[in-house]
Amino acid sequence: MSFVTGLKCRECGRTYPKQPLAGCEDCFAPLEVEYDYEAISRVLSHKAIASRPKSLWRYRELLPLDADPVVGLSSGATPLVRASRLGRALGLKDLYIKNDSVNSPTLSFKDRVTAVAVNKALEFKLDAVSCASTGNLANSVAANAAAAGLPAYIFIPDDLEQNKITATSVYGARVIAVKGNYDEVNRLCTELSERHPWGFVNVNLRPFYGEGSKTFGYEIAEHLGWRAPAAVVVPMAGGSLITKIHKGLKELEQLGLLKDEVRTKLFGAQAAGCNPIASAVKRGSPDIQPVKPSTIAKSLAIGNPADGYHAARLITGSGGWAEDVTDEEILAGISLLAQTEGIFTETAGGVTVAVTRKLVQQERIKADDLTVIAITGNGLKTSEALKIEQPISIEPKVSSFERAISGLAAKA
Amino acid sequence: MSLKLTIPTALRRITGDADLVEVHPGTVQEIIAELDRSYTGFLSRVCEDDGKLRRFINIYVNGEDIRFLDNLSTRVPDEAEISIILAIAGG
Repeated sequence: MSFVTGLKCRECGRTYPKQPLAGCEDCFAPLEVEYDYEAISRVLSHKAIASRPKSLWRYRELLPLDADPVVGLSSGATPLVRASRLGRALGLKDLYIKNDSVNSPTLSFKDRVTAVAVNKALEFKLDAVSCASTGNLANSVAANAAAAGLPAYIFIPDDLEQNKITATSVYGARVIAVKGNYDEVNRLCTELSERHPWGFVNVNLRPFYGEGSKTFGYEIAEHLGWRAPAAVVVPMAGGSLITKIHKGLKELEQLGLLKDEVRTKLFGAQAAGCNPIASAVKRGSPDIQPVKPSTIAKSLAIGNPADGYHAARLITGSGGWAEDVTDEEILAGISLLAQTEGIFTETAGGVTVAVTRKLVQQERIKADDLTVIAITGNGLKTSEALKIEQPISIEPKVSSFERAISGLAAKA
Repeated sequence: MSLKLTIPTALRRITGDADLVEVHPGTVQEIIAELDRSYTGFLSRVCEDDGKLRRFINIYVNGEDIRFLDNLSTRVPDEAEISIILAIAGG
């Protein structure tokens, strides 16, 4: 049932048969999965997609599995929420939230990529799965590995939020806290991937893994009646998601499944304390200068982003832009989304909301642009970043409540 | 006086499958030149024609990315660890 013809180097074009492989052996650039789009166009239609269960597997011809998936069956198909109240606050008339903070099974967009990667590890008959992670990926690999009956070795920076550690260990994964930042954890995993016969989802399985993110773009287009939005605002860590949303939309266009051409402007969002891709876009050169991250948005704290070059090039080419925001703006972004739309996102989502505000102020996104904000993770995972007021405390008496509430009203 | 340099799998075709090679202290650039003398073609695998490091390769001296140090002019002292690692993982 696979339509995958092989792997192809993004830079030099060298092709490889399907296999666990991190990058091109000639020029070391990332690899892309290649498909037989002609064959796909003969079987994939709006009607076929509509007839299938609501999960990311409704686009299965465009995902790189050779067999039927056995884990991650409920991933994807997250809500696209019309965000009128947030739109009014930001000055946007046609705003939507793609809400992956309620993705299954682990409440982040990483459930899309691990759904592909862990099934791929089973297909390749690898002994275990592993990853370097800032938290969301750790949760998702651990959960899907447990469901697949595979051991998981999860490498994290040792300063990660407690909830992200708990939500990894609970699945029985072996969690290794590395004394260092994400980039150091990632370097270690790259070295270990040459010594252990495991599926490192974001090293040797990365070409397949990244394809799961395309479904974020397919779902947006399907929800919008098979149209691409005018603008997307996407948080950037390694930079892969924004490139895969673009790839997903272009594939739908190529297959004749969109009503219009893709003219989507790509907008990237980073924290000011870790902004190597946004800096490159602003500098006008896709060459990445790495940084040492310092931000509360730990899930975006990648100073040396693997897809930074590709992301910066695509953003610029689309007529989009990239911006970065301070920790204070990030916290304000979390509150704004929660208090206008009832959606509690993690720090990365605060980055995306705050960057959207900045881009509207800069008139890079216009009031009438149909805009989709990518909310990629759940607020409960990073609740320790928030400074929340303690609840009012009262006696179990009517008079006590009335006294307290009149005090609150006076304050407001 | 020598130090050890870790070679990634993708470059081991050139080093005759060696994953660890001995080189003399010097700048990163001098070490690459020394490796090119021992293993023909090494320079052109890791550097562009203009001499810059290829985009998808990172070099680390004692665990630090040389882009945070002096790039190819970074001095690698005796007994330092130097690694060449592909830059396409993670995220």
